[in-house]
Amino acid sequence: MERFDRLEAVALPIAQVNCDTDQIIPARYLQKPRSDNFGNYLFADSRLGRDGTPSPELPFNQPAYALAKIVVAERNFGCGSSREHAVWALYDYGMRAVIAPSFGDIFASNSLKNGLLPIVLPEDVVTGLIAGLLAYPGASVTVDLPAQTVTLPDGTGHAFTVDPFAKHCLVNGIDELGYTLGLAGEIAAFERSYGS
Amino acid sequence: MDDAADHGPRTLLDKIWDRHRILAREDGQDLLFIDRHFIHDVTAPAFEILRARGLKPHAPARTFGTADHYVPTHSRDMSAVNHPERRTMIEALTRDAGEAGIEMFGLGDPRQGIVHVVGPEQGLSLPGMTIVCADSHTSTHGAFGALAFGIGATEVGHVLATQSLWQRKPQWMRVLIEGRLPEGVTAKDVVLALIANIGVAGAAGHAIEYAGSTIAALSMEGRLTICNMTIEAGGRAGVIAPDETTFAYLQGRPHAPQGADWKRAVAQWRGLHSDPGAVFSREVVLDASAIAPMVTWGTTPEDASPIDGRVPDPAAAATAERREAMGRALAYMGLSPGTALEEVAIDRVFIGSCTNGRIEDLRAAAAVVQGRKVAEGVEAWVVPGSGLVRAQAEAEGLDKVFVRAGFEWRFAGCSMCLSTNGDTVAPGERCASTSNRNFVGRQGPGARTHLMSPAMAAAAAVTGRLSDVRRLMAKG
Ligand code: SF4
Repeated sequence: MERFDRLEAVALPIAQVNCDTDQIIPARYLQKPRSDNFGNYLFADSRLGRDGTPSPELPFNQPAYALAKIVVAERNFGCGSSREHAVWALYDYGMRAVIAPSFGDIFASNSLKNGLLPIVLPEDVVTGLIAGLLAYPGASVTVDLPAQTVTLPDGTGHAFTVDPFAKHCLVNGIDELGYTLGLAGEIAAFERSYGS
Repeated sequence: MDDAADHGPRTLLDKIWDRHRILAREDGQDLLFIDRHFIHDVTAPAFEILRARGLKPHAPARTFGTADHYVPTHSRDMSAVNHPERRTMIEALTRDAGEAGIEMFGLGDPRQGIVHVVGPEQGLSLPGMTIVCADSHTSTHGAFGALAFGIGATEVGHVLATQSLWQRKPQWMRVLIEGRLPEGVTAKDVVLALIANIGVAGAAGHAIEYAGSTIAALSMEGRLTICNMTIEAGGRAGVIAPDETTFAYLQGRPHAPQGADWKRAVAQWRGLHSDPGAVFSREVVLDASAIAPMVTWGTTPEDASPIDGRVPDPAAAATAERREAMGRALAYMGLSPGTALEEVAIDRVFIGSCTNGRIEDLRAAAAVVQGRKVAEGVEAWVVPGSGLVRAQAEAEGLDKVFVRAGFEWRFAGCSMCLSTNGDTVAPGERCASTSNRNFVGRQGPGARTHLMSPAMAAAAAVTGRLSDVRRLMAKG
C-alpha cells in the first residue's frame, strides 16, 4: 500500500447526498480484472449525459478539477453495495481522500484498506466547503494525516479522527493482513479451544 | 468491549461477539473468529490478493461457494454465458474453490442459487455464528440469530487467509415491531416502511436487533427479507433472536447439526437472545397494523410510500437538500408530483432476488397471478432464488400458474436485481421489482425501478400498473 502522509491537492465536489456505490461504479464493470484501470469507470453513467457525451456541468468533466486527489461529498457517501471496486475506481482515478459528513460503513472500511482516506467533517463545514469549491473550481485542500487536520481553501483548519491502527497502516504503507498473519499462533490457540 | 457488559445483562450481539473474540487490539478493534464464509462469482479479486502473497485459504471447510451474479437465467449451460469476462468470473470461482477444496454449488448443481438463499437453505447459516460474504446483503443470514455482515474484497482475502476479521463493535439498535400485519401486507412492506421512517442512513454504524410480536409471528422467509434489507437502512447487520420458527426451519437441513448434536445445539441456541434489561443505544418502534403495501417512487429505498398515496411534491420537502434530491429522483424516474401511484404504468416485472426469491415469495405472487393474465405489453419474469426453490415451486405447480399467465419462468440467479449477467431493464423502462435497490442504473443504465413485495409485483404484472394488491385479493 502507498504511504499516506500529507496531501495538498485540488478537491472535487460531489453535491449529492446518499451517493451509492452503484453510481460510483456501475455493476457492469465488476467483471473487469483488478489489473484494469477502474478510474476509467468512475461514475461511468453520470459522467456521460443521456446522449453518451460528457456532460460539461459535472465537475468530473471540468479541466479545473483534472488534477483532483480529494473528493468532497455530502452525507452517507458510498452507501449500498459492498463492492470494493468503488474504492478502486476512486483510487485509480487518482483520489487519495474523501471528505464527507458521513460514509457507508463498508465503503469506509474498504477505503482505509486501500490507501483512500475517508475523513468525516461536520455537515456545516462540508456544505460550506462544497459551495466554496463550486464557486472557485480548482481550489486546493490540505490533508495532514499524522496531525489529523484538514486545511480548507479559506485557511480554516479542522481536526478529524481516524482509527489509530488504520492510521498506522496508512502512514507506513503497510496492510492489516501482514499484521494478522503474525498472530497465527493466537488464532490457532483460539481455534483449539473453540472446537468446530 | 467494556467489562461491565460481561457481568450485567448482555445483548444478543454481546453474546455472539464475546464468543468469537480472539483478541482485542489497543485501538478498540477486536479480532473476531469467522465461522462461515460464503464466496461467489465476484470473489475473484480476493483470491488474487492471496495468490500475490503466496497464501492459501486457512479453513476451506468453513467456506462455501455458489455462482449467482454472472450466471445466465435462461439456460443452465456455460455456453450461454455470452460474455468472456463474465465467464472468466464464474470459471475463476470454480477454479479457486476447487484448488482450495471449498465446497461449491456451481452452475448445473441443483443447489446452486443466490448466496443468501442457498446458505439458509443448506443449513449453513446457524444461530450464534459469525458469517461474512463479499456482499452487503449478507445481513440476510442474521435472521437466524447470527452476526452476519458484508465485507469488501480485501477483507475477503483477510478472512480466507486467517479465518478472522478485525472489527469494531457496532452500536446496537433495537427495532420493535408490534401488532398484526393487515391483509396484503408482508415483511417487505414492513422493512420498506421502516426505511422510509428512519432513512437510508438511519442505522449507520449500528447493528439492528429486530424484535416484537410482528417479528415473532413472521415465517423464516419473512425474517430473511427483513434482515436482508437492513443494509438499505445503513445497518451492516440485522439480527433476530432464534426461536421455534428458526429451529423448525433448520431441522433436517443438510448442514444443520443432526441427532444428539441437534439437541445440544438447540439447547445452546435458546440462550441466544438479549437479556432483560440489556441496553441498546437506540430504539425504534413501529406499529405493524398501520403499515400498508409499500412501493418506492424514487432512487433510494427510503423513497417509499403506501400504494394508495401519490408521488410526493419536492416543493413540500423539509429541507432544500431533500427538495433537490427528490427533484433529481423524480426526473430520473419520469414521474410528476401529485400523480396517484396506482396510475403509474409499468413495462417490466421482476420477481426474484435474495430479498424475495424464496418459496413463500413465489407462493404469494402465484396466489395473485392465479387465473389472471400478464397485462398487454408487460414483460414479466420469475427468477427463483435457488435451484431448490425452483424445484419446490414446480412440485407445487407454481411454475404453471406463472407460465399460463404469461410470465417467463427462469433459472436461479441474481439476474435483474443488478443485471451483471446481462438481464437488464432497457433505458427508460419501468420495472416493478421485488429486489432491494432502486438506485440509479441498478437494473441497467436509465432503468426505472419500483421496489415492492412479490404480491404487489404480481398485481402490477396483471394490471400493467402499480396496483394495490388488496383490491385484487378482495376480488380473487
Ligand atoms: S440478488 Fe441482488 S442484492 Fe442479492 S446478492 Fe444478488 S445481486 Fe446482490
